Amino acid sequence: MTENATNREPYQQAYYPPVPTGFTRYMRTSVWWQLWRFIVINWKMLKLLANSHH
Amino acid sequence: MARVVILGAGISGHTAARYLNKWIGKNHEIVVVSPNAKWNWIPSNIWVGVGQMTEQQVTFDLAEVYSKTHVDFLQAKGVSIHPEGSATIAKPYVTIEYTRADKAGQQENIEYDYLINATGPKLNFNATEGLGPEHGHSVSVCTAQHALEANQKLQEQIDALRKGEHRTLVVGTGHGMCTCQGAAFEYIYNVDHILREAGVRDKARIVWISNEYELGDFGMGGVNIKRGGYITNGKTFAESLMVERGIEWIIRAHVKKVEAGKLLYELLDGTFHELEFDFTMLIPPFAGVGLKAFSKSEEDITSQLFAPNGFMKVDADYTARPFAEWSAKDWPRTYQSPVHKNLFAVGIAFAPPHPISKVMKSPNDTQISPTPPRTGMPSAAMAKAVAESIRDMINSGSDKPTHTASMSEMGAACVASTGSHLFRGTAATMTVFPVVPDYEKYPDYGRDMDLTFGEIGLAGHWMKSLLHYTFIYQAKMKPGWSILPD
Repeated sequence: MTENATNREPYQQAYYPPVPTGFTRYMRTSVWWQLWRFIVINWKMLKLLANSHH
Repeated sequence: MARVVILGAGISGHTAARYLNKWIGKNHEIVVVSPNAKWNWIPSNIWVGVGQMTEQQVTFDLAEVYSKTHVDFLQAKGVSIHPEGSATIAKPYVTIEYTRADKAGQQENIEYDYLINATGPKLNFNATEGLGPEHGHSVSVCTAQHALEANQKLQEQIDALRKGEHRTLVVGTGHGMCTCQGAAFEYIYNVDHILREAGVRDKARIVWISNEYELGDFGMGGVNIKRGGYITNGKTFAESLMVERGIEWIIRAHVKKVEAGKLLYELLDGTFHELEFDFTMLIPPFAGVGLKAFSKSEEDITSQLFAPNGFMKVDADYTARPFAEWSAKDWPRTYQSPVHKNLFAVGIAFAPPHPISKVMKSPNDTQISPTPPRTGMPSAAMAKAVAESIRDMINSGSDKPTHTASMSEMGAACVASTGSHLFRGTAATMTVFPVVPDYEKYPDYGRDMDLTFGEIGLAGHWMKSLLHYTFIYQAKMKPGWSILPD
């Protein structure tokens, strides 16, 4: 590797996957938004359970 | 009066015991046989493994809980099943061997009218040379005790990192045929989180290693979810989280050997590699616990009742077929033995008809692909269905089960912690419906896209914490436990 590297090595493992933006990461721990998601997740789980009983 | 014997008191066995006690406990006998004195809420072991919970917080004494019920609890392990009785015992029976200190090693025969095999997995560390905390060089989070030791070793690494040293931590699966990638997935992100909280993450190299063909497989062939205007495979999200947290990954790997400070692995392309580590947590492959079975004339009939991997055959279609012919219909529904109508196997103890993920082999004929997961929600559902069937069979005198719980007809919810903290924690919440994809019913992705979803956030961490307290409350059979969902 040169001492004056000004470019980034491409085509590596970490080159391709999407990385969340700062806003996305903020929303993951935003208490009000996550309170809403908590309600939604519980609703989805109840739907799942309701469809799973035989 | 009928006697129902349940081998095992984990998520499946204890669920069956609770419901049978509630429905028939006053009029019939229920006997639970488990080698462990304590019940363990296994999903929270990863938090024990990073020092955020104690062993006491994830376990409770079984004898104490059962003493308040009609259940007889025997701290023993099952040794053999005699479904036809013997020359001297007319009824079917199991032979057990006590593990409780005052009777350790003593054997006893317990007759039964119905038997539920809920023995769970044998943690098969011996399948890989050098694997495991007891005789090897890796740690585990599969039991609370293992998780305690894992945390102890992890804290030693953190101490070294604080002194400015660099360390390599490797987490994943310790054999080409492992399942339970989800537990390793949770652990690696909790390790990352703990190192960040300690301010030492920049000095640690963290590497994931697993037998999945792609990240996000989890032993169920991966999952597609609808998000952001696209239907995207879980691989994308799993890789995204790895990159976000600065974790490298090695997939399609079979760990052949673990030496002190180095693991040797084979990749699906047939090449061999080494990876040096300072700390490694590797999930072992699972096998059946090793129950034997004998006929009335003492002939060994183990192979009639059990698959070669030690799991018990039930009402699945075990016909060998190529991957293209695997079907949702292959999977069991009632968990009843096809040979003995009063014998059932649930949870990890039943023999799946085949994996869910496609079987992949290296040019050296090494299988490097996951075996199927049986997670908590399906395991509890199976146990409850079998308890309902046995209740109805006892009351009606019929030998036909009345309830079903096929993994191809039910969903599962998994909440994988990615760091524990009331306000800074996150978890990946994932639901799949059904667990085993059904391409005949859902031709595009094998699953119902409305009931299959995933997201990461603080809400997931709250969910996982809630589940911890709720399921322990339920398992202790505290007031109102039976109205809580399983």
